[in-house]
Amino acid sequence: MYTLPSKLKLFSIIIMVLGLVGMTYGFLTTPKTIEDVKEIMAAQEGHHSEGHEVAGDGEEHTANFVDTARGEEGYSENAMEHATDLKPEGHGVASHEEHLLHQLQTRPWSATLVAAFFFMMIALGVLVFYAIQFASQAGWSPVLYRIMEGITSYLLPGSIIVFLIVVFAGTHFFPWQNEELVAGDKILQGKAGYLNFPFFVIRGVIYLLGWNLYRYFSRKNSLAQAESNNYASYRKNFKASVFFLIFFLITEATMSWDWFMSMTPHWYSTLFPWYIFASMFVSAITVLALTTIHLKSLGLIPFVSDKHLHDLAKYMFAFSIFWTYLWFSQFMLIWYANIPEEVTYFIIRIQEYKLLFFGMLILNFVFPILVLMNSDYKRVPWFVVIAAVFILVGHYIDIFLLVMPSTVGHNWYFGIPEIAALLFFMGLFIFVVGTGLGKVSLRPKNDPFIKESENYHF
Amino acid sequence: MASRKIHAIYTDDDLLMQAVKQTRAANYHISEVFTPFPVHGLDHAVGIAPTRIAITSFLYGLLGLSVAVLMMNYIMIQDWPQNIGGKPSFTFYQNMPAFIPIMFELTVFFAGHLMVITFYMRSKLWPFKKAENPDLRTTDDHFLMEVDADNHDVEKLTKFLYDTGASEISLIENEQDH
Repeated sequence: MYTLPSKLKLFSIIIMVLGLVGMTYGFLTTPKTIEDVKEIMAAQEGHHSEGHEVAGDGEEHTANFVDTARGEEGYSENAMEHATDLKPEGHGVASHEEHLLHQLQTRPWSATLVAAFFFMMIALGVLVFYAIQFASQAGWSPVLYRIMEGITSYLLPGSIIVFLIVVFAGTHFFPWQNEELVAGDKILQGKAGYLNFPFFVIRGVIYLLGWNLYRYFSRKNSLAQAESNNYASYRKNFKASVFFLIFFLITEATMSWDWFMSMTPHWYSTLFPWYIFASMFVSAITVLALTTIHLKSLGLIPFVSDKHLHDLAKYMFAFSIFWTYLWFSQFMLIWYANIPEEVTYFIIRIQEYKLLFFGMLILNFVFPILVLMNSDYKRVPWFVVIAAVFILVGHYIDIFLLVMPSTVGHNWYFGIPEIAALLFFMGLFIFVVGTGLGKVSLRPKNDPFIKESENYHF
Repeated sequence: MASRKIHAIYTDDDLLMQAVKQTRAANYHISEVFTPFPVHGLDHAVGIAPTRIAITSFLYGLLGLSVAVLMMNYIMIQDWPQNIGGKPSFTFYQNMPAFIPIMFELTVFFAGHLMVITFYMRSKLWPFKKAENPDLRTTDDHFLMEVDADNHDVEKLTKFLYDTGASEISLIENEQDH
């Protein structure tokens, strides 16, 4: 039996409280009126003019890669002008400030969503991994079932919070919910059959129900299996897992359209859902590996060997590469064709978020590849922990870059709202997962593959 | 110098594994084991050092990556930087996304092929090579363990191998050393 160490429990509660305070501060300090924005702009203007004097003649070099490629100064600016959805048509000077006000008010919302979704997707990814283990009748992983179930206990609170955020954020995230904007926009009118609020909420409810019901019943069956002397519960779980995987693949695609792609409703990408899935899956396996190492270091799971850790590390390695493959496929196709309506997505990310955008590639691809390539290193816990930290930070940035450029544009900053949201959800995650792990014995009994799993070696 | 070897034939891989462990424990030197299929854990039991072929493969991969980068940097950027469909051929990094498929493929190509050639060279395999098989049955369903008998009492060694479950034991005397 695992009990959340009291220090860890205290730590999680403290960072939750700190996070809540910081988040409240973030929401309360957003500018309320255009006058506030004008003050902020005036203050920034002062800073800027100082900076410009120093930069001075560096101005010409600010042409970005699209401009250089086209040999046409201002090409990307024009493309952005046409495709940035947050700008209502026919704007003047006043609407620029309105626009800025809107983005500044959106920032605490975005910060909360990034952190909330990051931790929810970990729980969801572990649930998918768990379903795959059942559906593929894996012989190595049954010793990890209780750990996976512990982590997925975060899915219920996590997914409800994310759902509430996307439902109540309204036009902060989703320009298609702005009726005035839709009235003047033929493209959004064409998409209104899918992108309308009632249908959006119904879809959200369906995802929530489907994922959490599978979580509830698979956990129930898995615990019932430990008490029974036949394999009826196991068979039920096998069937449930197969159907959940089908359900998940469909809902994951629509979920990423709904919650992320529709933040920039003029833009679309076909492999976007897969890309989000890859991010979700690799972070989930990483957290699973970290939890396993933590429990192993407490001596609670003697039946889990370094061979199991080796397998988890192999998954981390392989799915880091898979993520990079999808990231690059999406980036390269859009970069190569350079169609204005598609390329805006990357222009804003490269112009305003350059360091994060390319730094994330190093964290998510180069480091895991170098740290985890050697097969001996995959069995050394602290090596896996190092790789895990790189991967988790990298994928937090990945989610940050999905949300922030689309909602707050260039008015981003990694400040109190972002850190507070991260702290709050980290605390909640540790607390819920720790409690979830402590409910039953960590050793799954009577699973048809448990013996094979305990003796697993290669 | 004449060298003497004893060939002990087994009919089961579990039996072979046990025999290998016993022979090593008794401080006899196993010079070779012939099996019709890979026996899991046999290399460890015989005491063969782990292979380093994965390391060579990694280095070949780096070589392939360098070849790809140098080649495309020379051709596309240095030698004749044309404007092809508006792609930025001013520096390597500006046009890099277009080169990555080739960089990837050449890395894999070098890593794969050079590793295979390294394997052939290290294990001395080539067309028209004379097969080194001491007994035809070891390619079908028999297992053969070859033990050095030079500094040992042949009678005692034979008795020992018989006790490990060998179904046939034969003494081989070689005139030439190899």
